[in-house]
Amino acid sequence: MEVFLQQLINGITLGSIYGLIAIGYTMVFGIIGMVNFAHGDVFMVAAFVALVAFLILTTWLGISSIAVALFIVLIVAMLFTSLVNWIIERLAYRPLRGSFRLAPLISAIGMSIFLSNFVQVSQGPRNKAIPPMVQGDFVLVTHNDYAVTLSFKQLIIWGVTAVLLVCFWYLVAKTRLGRAQRACEQDQRMAALVGVNVDQTISLTFVIAAALAAVAGTMYLMYYGVVSFSDGFVPGVKAFTAAVLGGIGSLPGAVIGGLLIGLIETMWSAYFSIDYKDVAAFSVLAITLIFLPQGLFGRPDVEKV
Amino acid sequence: MTEGAANQRIDTVAALRDAAITTLLAFGLFLPLIGFHTVTNIRNELELDTRWPLLFSIVAVVGVARLAYSFLLAPWLERIKLRPMATTTPAWRATFGKWFVPFCIGFVIVYPAIIIAATGFGGALKWVDNFGIQILIYVMLGWGLNIVVGLAGLLDLGYVAFYAVGAYAYALLAKEFGFSFWILLPLAGVMSSFWGILLGFPVLRLRGDYLAIVTLAFGEIIRIVLVNWVDVTNGYAGISGIPRPSFFGIPFNANDDGFAATFGLEFSPIYRTIFLYYLILALALLTAFVTVRLRRLPVGRAWEALREDEIACRSLGINTTHTKLTAFGMGAMFAGFAGSFFAARQGFISPESFTFLESATILAIVVLGGMGSQIGVAIAAIAMIGGTEIMRELDFLKQIFGESFDPTQYRMLLFGFAMVIIMVLRPRGLISTRAPSVFLKEPKPVPVDLVKQGHG
Repeated sequence: MEVFLQQLINGITLGSIYGLIAIGYTMVFGIIGMVNFAHGDVFMVAAFVALVAFLILTTWLGISSIAVALFIVLIVAMLFTSLVNWIIERLAYRPLRGSFRLAPLISAIGMSIFLSNFVQVSQGPRNKAIPPMVQGDFVLVTHNDYAVTLSFKQLIIWGVTAVLLVCFWYLVAKTRLGRAQRACEQDQRMAALVGVNVDQTISLTFVIAAALAAVAGTMYLMYYGVVSFSDGFVPGVKAFTAAVLGGIGSLPGAVIGGLLIGLIETMWSAYFSIDYKDVAAFSVLAITLIFLPQGLFGRPDVEKV
Repeated sequence: MTEGAANQRIDTVAALRDAAITTLLAFGLFLPLIGFHTVTNIRNELELDTRWPLLFSIVAVVGVARLAYSFLLAPWLERIKLRPMATTTPAWRATFGKWFVPFCIGFVIVYPAIIIAATGFGGALKWVDNFGIQILIYVMLGWGLNIVVGLAGLLDLGYVAFYAVGAYAYALLAKEFGFSFWILLPLAGVMSSFWGILLGFPVLRLRGDYLAIVTLAFGEIIRIVLVNWVDVTNGYAGISGIPRPSFFGIPFNANDDGFAATFGLEFSPIYRTIFLYYLILALALLTAFVTVRLRRLPVGRAWEALREDEIACRSLGINTTHTKLTAFGMGAMFAGFAGSFFAARQGFISPESFTFLESATILAIVVLGGMGSQIGVAIAAIAMIGGTEIMRELDFLKQIFGESFDPTQYRMLLFGFAMVIIMVLRPRGLISTRAPSVFLKEPKPVPVDLVKQGHG
């Protein structure tokens, strides 16, 4: 029971990170119908930007307050990652809009290879480890010498994710931009006819996706304290799994899917085999797509002649 | 010309503004990861270094490139657009098209002889191995995947799994039971084909991007099993000492019963390399030949019909289940052949050789070549694999960028970049016409825009 409770806490933490990345997949798929394969690597780039920003703040500027540092790192990572994703969309995806379906996917795979190798070449192939940013934890329950703990960093991840999701929900549901996005999702040509700037809306979608991935990247760096150039691929595929599980195109689905994937992964590692934890996530992906292709909250895909 | 010149007047102010914006964006883009460098010091702590000169030179190059684009490239592109399109293909192109394939086949057959004549026995080893065998493996894989992606329109991102099945089938059976290469080659093909059909079953209902992602998941699952099932596969350490293929029973070694001694030649490793070269060449040509023939059979026509419209296929009574499974099985079989050849050539295999990157590379070759076009796939394989191999040879760059400059580490960087650029410039691939498989009087090339792709 204690193990289960602990794994629940760990799983929700991991799931929050996956959920934040999954929103990026689901938004981009919803609006232009492409699997943005490079999104996982955008997340990895964000973690590196956060790493550099954190080092500048702590070693050069000597900021000792972790809360201030973390806040600034978060903002810097969001800004730079948004810029990166905006440029990627302009260069690699926009010229291919309206081309045949595979073209943007191939371009995105190329971009994914480019980004991970760019980071490898510019920052070196080794793992980058930083001293723990946040330490300490609450002991929730102790039973037979097994203490169930909730660490401060897990609490921060939960808090930041919750706050961001509320902001994000407000953005999509209540603002002009959100309405334009939903309009483009339904019918781009019609949206353009009634005065929505489709190109700009799509660009902003990529920017928002990147900003959320940047938060996930910063949280990942804070949680694990280590990042390497190859860390984008597997979390990327898992977050995509989360998006599919929740029903691609559905925003609450992405978050819930993320939490589910995080839970499945930690429970699997705890009770079965940690070596095969990626197999668990990939199997969930395959099983969902085969038996429930519309996901938990998605609209069924109707086949038309 | 004056009229044209008036239209193409370059707006200097706009060009300068564009260049300034691009420079600024490039600065923002490269500042965190090129401007700063994280290094681990002796105490194993992470420290920051700055690389301002590198950052500013890269940003300057980007700015100048943008200016050059506005002033030189853009007007040139405009002029090309204005030029009237040729309506008839010139005669030399028809002749060229007719003789191109026979010439290429002839060239690859005499290629080792040319190389030996040019560089001697010692230098030829590298050229036949890295540029011959390596490229031909990818040509073969590309042609194999072309059946699945190009003909049947099923997007497969886990193709390397079948390549791995072939390689491990050969390695394990040859080591454990001592079967020869020639027995195991068809066996590996059968096994891969079996896996292709097995993994094909559950994904029959999926299409497009979803199919791609599920096949990716299957490919990764097979790789993770190879990594973790240490008792059988030896995990990350891989399998070494895999028996090499023999020349119809005569081994390639320095012994008295070896190849060189039997034929009264002086021993040299080049003989085995040349043998392997012709082996993979034969396998690749077999793949191409079978594909060309299959396109004319009912199953091949059903594949292409399936790519165009699945619902129409079903209404006409084509069994889509069989059609898809034969495509998966056939594609996987050739991957299995290539896999067992790979294991036999290397003598060592590990899961590292079968990562997602390999699948992406093979798919990129098929798509960049122009899906469904055999020649296009071959050209793309030569360009992409040969191009990355050439990066190893560019030692003269060290004189420009300093001794620590290592061109090989930029291989995959440029590979990814090239994928994006080629997609943006030619989304339909290098060869943009398809040979029709059905025609009335004479075959006319089909413009690729009429071919639907990746829907399956």
